[in-house]
Formats: sequence, C-alpha cells, structure tokens
Amino acid sequence: MTTTTRETEITTDPKVPVIRITREFDALPAKVFRAHTDPDLLVQWLGPRDLEMTIDYFDCRTGGSYRYLHRRGADEFGFHGSFHEVRPDTVIVQTFTFEGFPDGVALERADFEALDGGRTRLTVTSLVGSFEERDAILASGMDHGVREGYEKLDELLRK
Amino acid sequence: MPADALSRVFAALSDPIRRDMVARLADGDATVNELAEPYHVTVQAVSKHLKVLEDAGVVSRSRDAQRRPVHLEAEVFDLMTRWIERYRRQAEERYRRLDDLLRSMPGDETPARPEPPTTPSKENRK
Repeated sequence: MTTTTRETEITTDPKVPVIRITREFDALPAKVFRAHTDPDLLVQWLGPRDLEMTIDYFDCRTGGSYRYLHRRGADEFGFHGSFHEVRPDTVIVQTFTFEGFPDGVALERADFEALDGGRTRLTVTSLVGSFEERDAILASGMDHGVREGYEKLDELLRK
Repeated sequence: MPADALSRVFAALSDPIRRDMVARLADGDATVNELAEPYHVTVQAVSKHLKVLEDAGVVSRSRDAQRRPVHLEAEVFDLMTRWIERYRRQAEERYRRLDDLLRSMPGDETPARPEPPTTPSKENRK
C-alpha cells in the first residue's frame, strides 16, 4: 500500500452543489468516529495549522449542537451547527455555518465505512445552497497570503 | 486576482446553463448559434449569458466579424482546478494530523473482528 493511494480525494458534481471528500485511515471505524465526536481529540487535528482552535460547546449526539472558533492573532472565525443524526461508529449528519456568512448553511454527512484489515473509509458529503457558495468554499483561503506562502514552501520542499 | 474579480467569476459560474457552456467551450471555440443549439432558449438569451461570462473574463470573443467564435479563457479554467487542488491539499493536511492522532490513541475499543486464537499462516489468509 502506497501513500498516494490513500491521499484525500475531492469530488464535485456538475448538477448539485456538493463537495465530497474521501479518505482512508489505518484505524477501526470506532476510533476514527471517536476522533470526530470527542472535542478534546477534535481540536488536535481539525483546525488549520496556522490557526488556534477552541471549542465553545460541543454536544455530539442526535439533537445536540456545537460551536467552535479558529483564531489567528486578533482575527476570530466562528463556526456552529446542529447534530441531526449521530449513530455510533457509522454516521454523523450535521449542519455547518461559517459565522462570517451566517445566511449560508451546509448539510454534512460523514460516513465511516469498515474496510478489510481494520481500516476505515471516511466519506464526507457537504451539500451547500448554491454553486456560487460551493465555489467560494473551494476557493476559501484564496485571500489568505499565509496559505499562499505555505503552498510555495510545499513546492520548494518537493524540488 | 482581486476579490471583486473573483466574485464576478463566482456569479458568472453560478448559473447551470453558463456552467454547461463553459464545459462545452473547454472542448473548443464555438459560435453563439452553436452554443444555443442544445438549449430551449433563444439566441438572445444565450448572448445575454455570454455577456455575463465575458464581463467576468471567463470567455472572450474574437473580432472575426462573421462568426465571432467564443473562446474560453484557459487561465480561469486553471483557476478552478487550482482551487480544488488547494482545497484537497488542505483536507489532506488535516487528515494527516488525524492519522498521527489515531496512531497515538490507545486501542481501547473492542475490535470489530477479534483475532483468531491461533495465528494462521499467510497462505491461509485471504
């Protein structure tokens, strides 16, 4: 098994404003699921490296809700939503709103699928309100010079 | 690309007909009449869509008086590909952090398939 076959895949659909992310992990679904539902674990991987992530509240159960913040210096970005369906080790259906664009809401579904060898395939499907919104999400980070910098560094390191 | 130019591109590509026109222009230049063919809309309506795409810099039209074929600006197309690749790379970075975390987590949950008591040889395992 090579690293490249396990790299994250992004799929879009020309007819529906959906973004689908697929990734496989060397761990059982229960473990991958726990890294998504336990806020102490979530903060260790979800936030971008250049941002500090703090949890306001995080009640990951069917009917629960969450809010967390990403901070860079004085800049603060809030995100919140509701957990519509949380089924242990199998699926999480939730809403997601970036508070900088409060009218926008994505419906997200994370499927945890058991693979041979104790591995897991995670598929996150995100349905947004319009193609315009979808493109804005795909292009997010476009205005952050920091990301550009990292990208250049990445390219440099690859040489 | 400045933010307002980017917004114009988003707005131009938010319409399904315009997205479809862009997809078709990726195969090669086409005239307004050719572009209008598959849709149940007038040539005037297609011209209106083209104007939006042209104002956003997504397409250009040559000054070739008779045909004036519509041309897709490849750099805008590249921009879309770059957005997706950048987004993918950000997700991959995030999931590599999750890989590290999963490795450091104790395996305290019951495995889905318990290991058999004896260790079978490699040949017997599927």
